[in-house]
Amino acid sequence: MIGIIDYGSGNINAIATIYKNLNIECVIVSNPNDLDSADKLILPGVGSFDETMRHMLNSGLKSKLDELVLVRKTPILGICVGMQILSNSSEEGSLNGLGWINGKVKKFEKEWFQTKPHIPHMGWNQITPRKSTPLFDNLDDELGFYFVHSYYFDCEDSDDTLAITDYGITFSSAVSKANIYGVQFHPEKSHGNGVNLLKNFAIL
Amino acid sequence: MLRSRIIPCLLVHNKGLVKTTGFKDPKYVGDPLNAVKIFNEKEVDELMVLDIDATVEDREPNLELIKNLAIECRMPFCYGGGVTTVDQAKNIIKLGAEKVALSSAAINDTSLLRKMGEAVGSQSVVVVIDVKKKKGLLGKTTYEIYTKNGREKSGKKLENFLKELNDIGVGEIVINSIDRDGTMEGYDNTLVKLVRDAVDIPITILGGAGSHEDIKSLIKDYKIIGAAAGSLFVFKGKYRAVLINYPNRIEKRNILNNQ
Repeated sequence: MIGIIDYGSGNINAIATIYKNLNIECVIVSNPNDLDSADKLILPGVGSFDETMRHMLNSGLKSKLDELVLVRKTPILGICVGMQILSNSSEEGSLNGLGWINGKVKKFEKEWFQTKPHIPHMGWNQITPRKSTPLFDNLDDELGFYFVHSYYFDCEDSDDTLAITDYGITFSSAVSKANIYGVQFHPEKSHGNGVNLLKNFAIL
Repeated sequence: MLRSRIIPCLLVHNKGLVKTTGFKDPKYVGDPLNAVKIFNEKEVDELMVLDIDATVEDREPNLELIKNLAIECRMPFCYGGGVTTVDQAKNIIKLGAEKVALSSAAINDTSLLRKMGEAVGSQSVVVVIDVKKKKGLLGKTTYEIYTKNGREKSGKKLENFLKELNDIGVGEIVINSIDRDGTMEGYDNTLVKLVRDAVDIPITILGGAGSHEDIKSLIKDYKIIGAAAGSLFVFKGKYRAVLINYPNRIEKRNILNNQ
């Protein structure tokens, strides 16, 4: 069963609907104690880096997830800010991230762009895989994925980059390390590609 | 590379979808949920749904409709109409819309945009500006901002308002040309240039698209831009028969060719 971690993000319902249509069992969880029955976890993001981390700390989710992900090796997929908090820190805030994948979240710089607009990186863009992974099975390269973000994950160890995307610079649009995965884009709003990626994650 | 977005804009009136001309004469074009299902199949880049009754009737956003649309949408979804408070914006995002669009409320009080940005993230806050051309002194073209479906002049100067929005840092500005609405004569290029020069945040142009060529030339000139259209994606042929349509893969490749 897939456990979708709920902290008030709207995309949760879209993710749950996709799994429902795929006949894959999933549950929306806000209480850390209810996470034990999940064999896979999805960590969506909501709002800013600090807001998300504050919620992780105050709700007791962080310590529970440390146990599930680092000790019991439950696979987890972070989406958007949910991916960014896998890092050590972010230029967007002052709190520490989960620190599961070494790196820092940085802001896109205006100077990198010759044409307008600059920030946010919003719209459909392509990803180029850097590692072979079943997560990217059956993807339509031309379609790409829907992105909306002003900060990007700068991996400390290039081995942790799962896919790259160009926008001003080349950045890590997906990361992975052992059982931990993160995607900067929004699979729940990316047509068939998103459905396939969520399905691939469920059957990893 | 980031692609320009080609966005159908649907208008809700009396619970059905309509298409207007010059913001008048709403013509019924179908059921909102059914349209979303068709646009899902056509893999549209994004969908904009504007309730054109809410502000005029002084009514709150229809959360039930938003919820049903958001669950169905396999692509980013922007909702506008009657949004006046931070709580409404929060609810709309919570229901699964990616973006909340404001018009009248933002024009009356820009501080609302900052508060909304803090609550739901500024990338989710969209301002729709309805503008009408005005011949100024010495034949110079200026634009006036209207509210309440083009019925009331706001008195705000377009250039000043754009600068204000750019400084606040809203997620996107949608420029809606009242003069071109439903005409299918092409986008107002003077207006597009004015807006693109004034701000560096994402912009989307609405009003006038009558062919894929219109969208293609907009994208050729401005590279990354939102090209929105109403009539083009709900009517077919010169008799304006209702038929929901959207560029297919091959047509889209052609439209984005010069990007």
